[in-house]
Amino acid sequence: MYYIDPHIHMVSRVTDDYEMLAKMGCVAVSEPAFWAGFDRGTVDGFRDYFRQLTEFEPKRAGWYRLQHYTWLCINAKEAENISLSREVIRMIPEFLDRPGVLGIGEIGLNKNTRNESIIFLEHLDLAAKTNEQILIHTPHLEDKHQGTRMILDMLCDDARLDHSRVLVDHVEEHTIRPVLDAGFWAGMTLYPVSKCNPQRAVDMVEMYGPERLLVNSAGDWGPSKPTAVPDFILAMRLRGHPESLIRRIVYENPLEFFSQSRGFQFTPPEVSETLSAE
Amino acid sequence: MPAPQAVLDREFLEMRARVLELAAALDRLDRAGGPPASDPRVGSLRKAIDVLQQTKRDGAEPDRAERVQLIFSRQYDSAWRKTLGVLER
Repeated sequence: MYYIDPHIHMVSRVTDDYEMLAKMGCVAVSEPAFWAGFDRGTVDGFRDYFRQLTEFEPKRAGWYRLQHYTWLCINAKEAENISLSREVIRMIPEFLDRPGVLGIGEIGLNKNTRNESIIFLEHLDLAAKTNEQILIHTPHLEDKHQGTRMILDMLCDDARLDHSRVLVDHVEEHTIRPVLDAGFWAGMTLYPVSKCNPQRAVDMVEMYGPERLLVNSAGDWGPSKPTAVPDFILAMRLRGHPESLIRRIVYENPLEFFSQSRGFQFTPPEVSETLSAE
Repeated sequence: MPAPQAVLDREFLEMRARVLELAAALDRLDRAGGPPASDPRVGSLRKAIDVLQQTKRDGAEPDRAERVQLIFSRQYDSAWRKTLGVLER
């Protein structure tokens, strides 16, 4: 089955992972900007990172016929540095019209602090002014419930935002309902340890249905599994769910959400086959 | 949805293994001298284990996973803007 991984940090993965994803049926990835494991010191450090996301990663993905899309921001962990964050936010528009850029992300909260909230609001303002889609990181573990509610408060307070163009990621059992009830898209991130796993993701599909629901691997530099989406596909099959339902969640839903971005120029794999044959 | 017997057949060995893992981890903690009195985390674990033992309420959707998540979560403060000094836009 063809699928799309809507949240995977390929800069942290080796080229072999692109090959493995292609073999597993992945046809496109979307890569939000995130924390590198250390705090970057200058706006030029981010400019170089955004070049990597918009120039080299699409090329590397293309070696295996994968389509690469990306989101730009300064992440919540580095948002404690307000002055650097503002420099980065002012610089982001340089990249917004590049091919494959889907919007602003992954913005959000980490420890639910004042500075994180201020920079989150300033990212929302940028997205509203530039008519960009938004991809949101919610905190982990004990901070997730409070942080997700704070994020929803800020999103719902801004009347300029179209909820159907916002994806709230890393939802779990205690946060998925308010996200969907408010009309946002919800992403379930599958992790070996600290977040959701394929079985619990299938539980949430059974409880809430497939509408506005996405599933991703996050595949970053920590313990993570870039092929977690195929694990979810298998878990769905083993529980007897129809292929049409699985395809909707792992392929059609990402297409529907991403298609709202002007930077999403997708070539369906069926068309690729035609082109190869010519 | 599959029949209850089918779900139990599919899940039983894994559930059994997870309960055993939890029991062994609590034994390990006791062998080390028991949980520190000042650490609230074991209290949260006990509350969570209590949730597992509760039967589904009549007419309600099963929500043990959600309730366990909330036991391990910081409470949402609806006045967080005032607390943090973050103004509405």
